[in-house]
Amino acid sequence: MAIRDSRSDKAFAIINVTILTLITLIVLYPLVFCVSASFSNTAALAAGDVVLFPVRPNLTSYRAVFRDNSIWIGYRNTTCYTILYLIISLTATIITAYPLSRRDLKGRNVFMLVFTFTMFFSGGIIPTYLVIKNLKMLNTVWAIVLPGCLSVTNLIITRTYFMNSIPFELQESAMIDGSSNVGTLLRIVMPLSKPIIAVMAVYYGVAMWNSYFSALMYLTDTKKWPLQLVLRELLLANMITEVTDSTMFTPEQILLYEGMKYALVVVASLPVMCLYPFVQRFFVKGVMIGAIKG
Amino acid sequence: MSQRPYDQLKWRRRLAPYRRNWDLYLLLIPAIALYIIFNYVPMYGVQIAFRQYRAKAGILGSQWVGLKHFQRFFRSYYAQRLIFNTLGIGVYSLAVGFPIPIILAIMMNELRSLHYKKFIQTVTYLPHFLSTVVLVSIVNAFLNPKTGLINMFFLKMGRPTIYFMAEARYFKTIYVLSGVWQNMGWDSIIYVAALAGIDPTFYEAGRVDGASRWQMLLHITLPSILPTATIMLILRCGHIMGVGFEKVFLMQNDLNMSTSDVISTYVYRSGLIDAEFSFSAAVGLFNSVVNCAMLVIVNWITGRLGGTQIF
Repeated sequence: MAIRDSRSDKAFAIINVTILTLITLIVLYPLVFCVSASFSNTAALAAGDVVLFPVRPNLTSYRAVFRDNSIWIGYRNTTCYTILYLIISLTATIITAYPLSRRDLKGRNVFMLVFTFTMFFSGGIIPTYLVIKNLKMLNTVWAIVLPGCLSVTNLIITRTYFMNSIPFELQESAMIDGSSNVGTLLRIVMPLSKPIIAVMAVYYGVAMWNSYFSALMYLTDTKKWPLQLVLRELLLANMITEVTDSTMFTPEQILLYEGMKYALVVVASLPVMCLYPFVQRFFVKGVMIGAIKG
Repeated sequence: MSQRPYDQLKWRRRLAPYRRNWDLYLLLIPAIALYIIFNYVPMYGVQIAFRQYRAKAGILGSQWVGLKHFQRFFRSYYAQRLIFNTLGIGVYSLAVGFPIPIILAIMMNELRSLHYKKFIQTVTYLPHFLSTVVLVSIVNAFLNPKTGLINMFFLKMGRPTIYFMAEARYFKTIYVLSGVWQNMGWDSIIYVAALAGIDPTFYEAGRVDGASRWQMLLHITLPSILPTATIMLILRCGHIMGVGFEKVFLMQNDLNMSTSDVISTYVYRSGLIDAEFSFSAAVGLFNSVVNCAMLVIVNWITGRLGGTQIF
């Protein structure tokens, strides 16, 4: 480096690194604590002995979690919903984004407006609920996977990718060689779009895995509840009574419940967190492509 | 009559682009149908806000009552509280949640070690992928008056414990700070990208002229990300009354209702729990209209100020 750092620059750098490290620790600590607490002895946890590492590690909390049937049902439901949702939403996004990406498609701005207008104005939850109800979709999987299966943001991101990253000349030459529009999509565009399809799969997959709102609205049958709604029932529904009314449970139950809370948090987040290191770059890529259009 | 073949030719030529791409239009049909059913039919159905909706009579068969439901809402004790809470959470989130990602991105940009930067990014993005249920559960567990980490610490310090979730005055702060914890890293991505796009020769010139790193930050870095920040600000201001349902609903309980009740949770309760469809549709419509208006107004203001506009 040609010019040496001055003393103030050094101080600046040190303060900067210190604050950033502090922020990182603040973000990381609750996550580490949850994992440690879930493996700790429940009595030690309730006594406040767990600070960073597990104390007298055991699997009691996890055993209690997996003994509960509703967790398994929730897991199974969420997995089914997510797979079905992925198939529908990816198909819908690709087949809609492709025509809208074509410069030679007359009226594509009008079609685009049909989608983007809904970003600014919506009928609200009650009219939407009434539509779902009138379609007899209450308590069916379709109420969960269909209404949100094509997000405008994801549509714009995919369309932007098709327009900017796949040369139109390539598609034109395929069509001169006699390929139909659908053929071009399947044989030219899709193979070149693996990155964006991966981004979309991760976006949609995580969104569905983490969502509970539509299930809360449309599913009253607890056997069909997704994992997040089961979690809410176990972790949050009795929050106030648990604290204020100590006569409801025995001391052992209360202890076990303390450990279970953390084990549940870990169990519910595990699939996404395991995937995270591998898909992180896809997420970031999606934000970048989306930002071009804004 | 002799014009006929010519007319046909004209029409054929005019329709040619549509006929050539007929299969592309076909591909658009499913999505358009989805949006009509799940977005535009509800928009049509929003007229129940002006009617006394009865399921048997259907939308058009229900009696037209004009602004009755709106009047009832604005005269009710709830209206002021709901608007205040919704706006309050929005403004609070904006005031705290908007600058922090920018600061974080700038600080990461100033780091010399790329490995450390990568590590910090990986860690700070992580909470974004936790579900709302999990996030609220963690917050609850940490703030629990008997077993929560923070109150344990208070006990050891000899201070009285506080049941944060049951105290109305803490609700907004907990909401906003847990949101910052979850999303500051994720929201900083866009600024990190903007910072990466700054021409390095600017900094070289600054160095040659003897500028300190702090001066370069003020005079090169900040102005460079101003356009990005403006757009993000517009987008966020547009959502200031659009506080999401999911997190508030999970954090809400009978004890903190006076500060935690927002329009969306009220619509859910009065509509789906108490089955007052028309009344809650009216409250929801009021919220949608305000949201839409906010976006247009903020966009117009920044346009007048000579800044960046989004549409």
